[in-house]
Amino acid sequence: MNAETPRTRVIIVPASKPALPPHIKLRHDPGRGRWHVLAPERVFEPDPIAIEILKRCDGVNSVEEIASELAKDYNAPLQEILADTISMLQELSDKGVIKA
Amino acid sequence: MNEVAPMEQFSEKPLVEACARAPVGLLAELTHRCPLQCPYCSNPLELDRVNTELTTEQWQDVMRQAADLGILQIHLSGGEPTVRKDLEDIVEVAAKAGLYTNLITAGVTLTRDRLKRLKELGLDHVQLSIQDVDEANAEKISAYKNGLEKKREVGKWVREFDMPLTINAPIHRHNIENLPNIINFAVEMGAGRIEVANIQYYAWALKNRASLMPTRAQVLKSAEIVEEAKERLKGIMVFDFVVPDYYAKTPKPCMGGWGRGVMNVTPQGRVLPCHASESVPGLEFDNVKDRRLADIWLNGQAFQKYRGTSWMKEPCRGCPRAEIDFGGCRCQAMAFTGDPANTDPACKLSPHHLAFVAAAEAESGVANPPPFIYRRMSPAKAPAAE
Ligand code: SF4
Ligand code: SF4
Repeated sequence: MNAETPRTRVIIVPASKPALPPHIKLRHDPGRGRWHVLAPERVFEPDPIAIEILKRCDGVNSVEEIASELAKDYNAPLQEILADTISMLQELSDKGVIKA
Repeated sequence: MNEVAPMEQFSEKPLVEACARAPVGLLAELTHRCPLQCPYCSNPLELDRVNTELTTEQWQDVMRQAADLGILQIHLSGGEPTVRKDLEDIVEVAAKAGLYTNLITAGVTLTRDRLKRLKELGLDHVQLSIQDVDEANAEKISAYKNGLEKKREVGKWVREFDMPLTINAPIHRHNIENLPNIINFAVEMGAGRIEVANIQYYAWALKNRASLMPTRAQVLKSAEIVEEAKERLKGIMVFDFVVPDYYAKTPKPCMGGWGRGVMNVTPQGRVLPCHASESVPGLEFDNVKDRRLADIWLNGQAFQKYRGTSWMKEPCRGCPRAEIDFGGCRCQAMAFTGDPANTDPACKLSPHHLAFVAAAEAESGVANPPPFIYRRMSPAKAPAAE
């Protein structure tokens, strides 16, 4: 079926290094006083936690590192934050919003 | 997947706040010229002439005003936007203004050099439409030779330049049986997204409805095919599936609600709440040549007329879905019931619903549908008066 590049679904694990592809833009909208994620024919309104995660998706930080930073900042249990972060990033990856 | 339901915190739906201030998207119909002649084209029957199109500077000004207003995404469309030689100049200004730029193209008039340049200027995304993956059938639908080969090439360039690609496939009775192959084509092209868009019956498509309407069985089958493919291609290709509302029970919130999420600028600069809204009588359309975009959005008569829910009559008035689907489509209510303030006949509560469904069933049941009326400029007529 696939003549050229065979592609597979990315599965997010603690060691994954997520990043926003160049065509996905996390932008602050001063007029509305909020952040948006601009994607092909889509606009998302991430909640505060999602914004914090997305800001750290630079292709260098691993999911584990992102989660432990957040766990510190929010004074929350690491395992819980890690699980939440992974499931959020998996959904975003399936929607084409992040790559890893 | 799990109880965290992250997409609830991260959904494209609750854009209520964003919309209240300004539209999220602007559809810029740069031109009505197009080398293809698809019989379902969403352009009006009375196409704008080349000599009446907005100038480069006027379009650039629209882009700047759009960004100031708070619009986030610009969809550069047509007709075929690449027939405008100044597309680059418009994209450049739009990207500089911070807008997310999306090129909606049939591809056949695009060159590799131009695409490369557009990418350098900041074009964010390309949406490439295909008529079918069967060459002969694609030719028959678009009245254009070798289009599919050209589209393959364009798709390759898009990927070569590492740009995101959406394949847009308008679906109707002449290609619905090919849906599995259309989906495979999009995967082969490296598309990250596919729009399986059953035709919406306005404008040219309405004129050709008897030739294009699929049967209910075909539509149900296509929904199954999409469901299966969506699961199989999770994380590889995102699906957008638009069903034909003739077989639905509730209407779609057309344009996400009138004057709520989107605005449309025609080649001549008229600003519309929806690309089909010129078929609705009683609306006054402002032009970007006369009035600021923000003022048109907030105060324009055409935008105010069906904004919100206060214009509604029974059964929409007081209906629990009034704020969800906004009574459906004004243009469809007009076309089918003669009154744009009526409930969209796609709604099962509309007194016209049964006749609406019966029309689709009767037309789709005919073994030999009538030939296409191709989308063409009517040569005899003078340019549409402003
Ligand atoms: S639908 Fe067909 S005819 Fe209409 S603009 Fe698109 S490619 Fe051209
Ligand atoms: S009656 Fe009007 S508001 Fe209620 S579902 Fe039908 S179209 Fe929507």
